[in-house]
Amino acid sequence: MRLLSLIRKEFIQIVRDPRTLAMTFAMPVMQLLLLGYAATSDVRNLPMAVLDQDKSPASRELLDAYRVADYYRMRFDVLSEADLRKLIDQGAARVGMIIPRGYGDTIAAGQTAQVAFVIDGSDPTVAGTALSAAQLIGQAKSTRLAVAQMEQRGQGGAFRALIDVRTQVWYNPDLESAYYMVPALIGMILQFLATLLTSTSIVRERERGTIEQLIVTPIRPWELIVGKLTPYVIIAFIDTMEILLAGILLFGIPINGSLPLLLVLTALFLVTTLGIGLFISTISNTQQEAVISSMFTILPSIFLSGLFFPLEAMPVVLQTVSYVVPLRYFLIVVRGIVLKGVGLEILWKEVMALSLFGLVIMGAAALRFRKRLD
Amino acid sequence: MAIRIEAHNLHKTFGSTRAVNGVSLEVHEGEAYGLVGPDGAGKTTTMRLLVGALTSEEGSVHIDGHDLRTRTEQARARVGYLAQRFSLYTDLTVAENIQFFGEVRGVVGPAFVARAAELLQFVGLAGFEQRLAGLLSGGMKQKLGLACALIHRPGVLLLDEPSGGVDPVTRQDFWQLIIRLLTDEGLAVIVSTPYMDEAVRCNRIGFMYGGQVLVEGPPRELTARLDGRVLEVVARPGMTARQVCLENAEVEDAVVFGDRLHLRLGERYARREGDQQHPDLASLVLRLSQALEAEGVRVARLRPIAPGLEDVFISLLQQQGEAR
Repeated sequence: MRLLSLIRKEFIQIVRDPRTLAMTFAMPVMQLLLLGYAATSDVRNLPMAVLDQDKSPASRELLDAYRVADYYRMRFDVLSEADLRKLIDQGAARVGMIIPRGYGDTIAAGQTAQVAFVIDGSDPTVAGTALSAAQLIGQAKSTRLAVAQMEQRGQGGAFRALIDVRTQVWYNPDLESAYYMVPALIGMILQFLATLLTSTSIVRERERGTIEQLIVTPIRPWELIVGKLTPYVIIAFIDTMEILLAGILLFGIPINGSLPLLLVLTALFLVTTLGIGLFISTISNTQQEAVISSMFTILPSIFLSGLFFPLEAMPVVLQTVSYVVPLRYFLIVVRGIVLKGVGLEILWKEVMALSLFGLVIMGAAALRFRKRLD
Repeated sequence: MAIRIEAHNLHKTFGSTRAVNGVSLEVHEGEAYGLVGPDGAGKTTTMRLLVGALTSEEGSVHIDGHDLRTRTEQARARVGYLAQRFSLYTDLTVAENIQFFGEVRGVVGPAFVARAAELLQFVGLAGFEQRLAGLLSGGMKQKLGLACALIHRPGVLLLDEPSGGVDPVTRQDFWQLIIRLLTDEGLAVIVSTPYMDEAVRCNRIGFMYGGQVLVEGPPRELTARLDGRVLEVVARPGMTARQVCLENAEVEDAVVFGDRLHLRLGERYARREGDQQHPDLASLVLRLSQALEAEGVRVARLRPIAPGLEDVFISLLQQQGEAR
């Protein structure tokens, strides 16, 4: 009976906080959708850039063989190797194919023609699959062509491979997983830390009633915000350095790009996550509410940012949602700088997206943040 | 005496509840103003409006001449506020709490050191500087709150139910401190309290009910409204005594205070300036004691007394109840 009373009281209290209750029921559905649809290690729809220097029926036939496979999606036709390199640097294309001039003629002559297949190796899992798929498709095509030629010429000719797919892995030639994951951890940890710590630290003042004493001091609202956020910015930067150092010392990760640029853009990313934390603090009354709301933003961020799972393989709806996930842009930035060694000339779009998001969320939080009790 | 805080026509509505409905007051230098009333009367909301933690829908608040709405920070710089709930940092020490609120208020350097030492001495927390605020007793927390509220030498001190959960001795100490502040520093103090024994220490009292200040004045002036109209009865059994007394048409109300009963008599018994007592009072007392004895009640005492604030406020509440 005593136990029942306790259970009943607990249920009443749970129901009195409908937002938290709704989130606890929405959370499994959200996780289900994310894990079911986003958490796929399938390799599909990798954007491909093609440099077809041959422009012959034979080259188009080869490209068709790649097109019908689910792995790649022909997104770009480029005219030079430089363009192809740029697309892959940007991350707009994940694979590239170069068919050299004379490809059709070489095959027609029964000789072995070489084609180059370039792949962005940042994500080793995807790259590994894409790589073997590229070779398999090439070999299959090669065999079909050889069989056709033998049929035409009658028996007797020696069987030889007609297409030699020369693969090249860029950025992470040894396909080291750590190279891909460790820099991205900076993003994940900052997302967790900044959102969770800021939202709870401000709500704590409200929960304990200390906000009332702060409100009546001449502290200005912006001073209160900056004062509350600064320690977490410093903590976040120490964490960033920790991860980088551990990445270099333990995993031998090369930092190919500019470290100062990485730190500046980390600060920019931090603005967005602190903004989310601040915003959550303005809509939460208890630390528990703040934690649950934070988790509600952190989970989709991690699944829909391309941290663990390639975005290209996800359903279009989820891909669309991923555009409002700041972590998505930051991962491109951090992997771009660390692995590809690229700079602002390539990453400016992501930087713009992060700035815009930071501006909007900080603005919304600042508007909602009142130095008052009502 | 200069006016230190002046509020005019404050209003605050929460949903459909009019928590504060047209409160005006002014408090002068060296004056303690008691905001008294039952729970839910709107005392805390009024305090929060006065300090700017909530904004009034109408009207204005001026603190040392600064408009709280337009010159918010200047006005706040002149106020010290002790919230009803302990609102300091429990995970900071006594010294760290004072230092934080000093710095936030711009009290730093030698001025801070001197003021902090003076205040810790004043509230009796000297020697406890390194203790975590969360580990202080209720009374010590209250005193730390007072020290933090005074660090910037405010002109106005607002204390929202400072005696909640504090023992009578500590409450006495606390009031000694406030009296010294009134006389030595010329502060204007507003205290909200549900306790009449605390209210009676104030120079002036405003009685709040339903979001309004119903009456206002020095305690003596307020109790004068019932002069001559209160009889004290000590009798057993008390409940029978109360019933018997209420049967008399001259008795408006009979309220139990512990083992005593206060009878409130009708308006006509009110004592005018200079009068001794109403000529009919002696015969009424006689009739009451006869009626009580007839019912087997043993009367130990039945006599006119000077009314207390409780008597005044209970009669006011009844008038309000009847008016509705």
